[in-house]
Amino acid sequence: MSAGAGIRARSARAPGGTAPLRVWAGVVLAAIALAVLPFAAAFVGQAWVRILNFAMIYIMLALGLNIVVGFAGLLDLGYIAFYAVGAYMYALLASPQFGVHLPFWVILPMGAGLACIFGVLLGAPTLKLRGDYLAIVTLGFGEIIRIFLNNLNAPINITNGPQGVNIIDPFRIGGFSFASNEVIAGIAFSGPQKYYYVLLLITIGVIVVNIRLQNSRLGRAWEAIREDEIAAKAMGINTRNVKLLAFAMGASFGGIAGGIFSATQQFVSPESFGLFESIIVLAMVVLGGMGNIPGVVLGAILLTLLPEVLRYTMEPLQMALFGRVILDAETIRLLVFGLALVAIMLYRPAGLWPSAVRKRELEVARAPEAAE
Amino acid sequence: MSHLSLLVAKDVSKRFGGVQALAEVSFSIDRGDIYGLIGPNGAGKTSLFNVLTGIYEPDEGSFLFDGEPLDRLKPNEVAERGVARTFQNIRLFQNLSALENVMIGRHVRTKAGVLGAIFRDKRTRAEEAAIERRAYELLDYVGVAKRANDLAKHLAYGDQRRLEIARALATEPKLLALDEPAAGMNATETQGLKRLLEDIRRDGTTILLIEHDMKLVMSVCDRVLVLDYGRKIAEDSATVVQNDPRVIAAYLGGDIALNVKH
Repeated sequence: MSAGAGIRARSARAPGGTAPLRVWAGVVLAAIALAVLPFAAAFVGQAWVRILNFAMIYIMLALGLNIVVGFAGLLDLGYIAFYAVGAYMYALLASPQFGVHLPFWVILPMGAGLACIFGVLLGAPTLKLRGDYLAIVTLGFGEIIRIFLNNLNAPINITNGPQGVNIIDPFRIGGFSFASNEVIAGIAFSGPQKYYYVLLLITIGVIVVNIRLQNSRLGRAWEAIREDEIAAKAMGINTRNVKLLAFAMGASFGGIAGGIFSATQQFVSPESFGLFESIIVLAMVVLGGMGNIPGVVLGAILLTLLPEVLRYTMEPLQMALFGRVILDAETIRLLVFGLALVAIMLYRPAGLWPSAVRKRELEVARAPEAAE
Repeated sequence: MSHLSLLVAKDVSKRFGGVQALAEVSFSIDRGDIYGLIGPNGAGKTSLFNVLTGIYEPDEGSFLFDGEPLDRLKPNEVAERGVARTFQNIRLFQNLSALENVMIGRHVRTKAGVLGAIFRDKRTRAEEAAIERRAYELLDYVGVAKRANDLAKHLAYGDQRRLEIARALATEPKLLALDEPAAGMNATETQGLKRLLEDIRRDGTTILLIEHDMKLVMSVCDRVLVLDYGRKIAEDSATVVQNDPRVIAAYLGGDIALNVKH
């Protein structure tokens, strides 16, 4: 049994009273590690705290896309549109653009809801499409949203067009802003460090919800559709509703991630939501291990960190090796990034951390008594 | 008589381009029977299954199931009414465990939705436990309980056929439609399958059985419907059908029969 199965809620519940000490020790260690991580990162530079925050936004995005692509098996190349919807929802309701300043805990659910509606709007006309055809339609959908955002500055200025929306409110609870530096209990927190902890909470929440969805009646129905749609129908699964739910749920996570992106950046513009972003998020899902939540989380972290690591290491490395910079960091970064993707697909085609069989040991032992 | 009938087909026709897959086929299946459906390759047996289970819509005719018409129902609605099927070319959920395959069969008889999945309230937890328990019982019933945690694709061929039956039974069907369950099985496995079919009937599920293994059909079926080129050529008890000259002609002299008839 791989470690992958150990993370799933069902198996984690099983040890319950039997081996609590080791489990709790692990949880406490992980909690401490996650708590000090932003300070460790700040040693290297505040930029790395921001990168950690981005990694968490990408985890949410990748997990949302994983519902559609990994669980239900529907290839979606326009997923970033939902991220855009969430981001603009937050940007327009918490900025001087319209002079509206709603609190984040009101807008985030609204953004999730609106993205959810857009998910259904995309899902409904594409119910009968699969594979390549679905990919093309979703790709078009993603572009439509981006182009709308780009052009909705006339005749009535809604999105401020290509200039984007500026001076977006940060997360705020009462007078407490998450964007400013502050000393709390004698410890100096930077803005990104404060954001880190909010994002960590939301990310953990998103992961838990995803695990629960996967191990549910609905999650099994998604996987049934991915495996064999005709058989799923013959088993009484209403494939139309279940697919729409996959689009809706996936989209709403994208919407939440978008809202958070808006608040942490305090600036959004249409160019953040291009096709390349959709592809990067899809790459996180596929490389990590489609359908396997720990794998997707790993994929999101690696693909967020790798380009940044390369950005900071490639120039010094060339200086050390050749005494001068031959290729600028940006070029070589994309080159190595692409090579890494090809290598992973060659040597681990099922992803870095593919899903294992979900075992249900506890119930196996009980089965003979239950049987007649 | 008709109050006993679980399924009544009336003049069901289906045409694919120039091929008349089914031509005015009528029959009725009594509750508690094992009802055989035989015929040479291409006779329309699987087409009949597909029309019955809503994968295709019949061009003409209709089915009356348990007193209600099945017209224009989607496959999932037919399953909800109580018709479950297996497939000629096994269609399991390959990358899920045997247990999960059967758990998916419980979908149509359970309720939990998105909120139940996320908040895991008491009712959802109870429902999940019941799904899992029932799935184990069914795996045990068909004899593959030991493979519960193996991926469906890793099961032996005969076990895959049995697993497909368990998955179909999980939907609590009134009518279990099996498409060549003995295909590819050896004599011992077929004997085991026969016992399983008899158990299922004994436990109250009516069975519609497509099968090429005549020994199995003749030993287990109460009544048999014979199709040839989409037409019903006989419907009677197994013994009578076996000696019907038209049936023998269809099986042994298919080409000659074709030339004579068309």
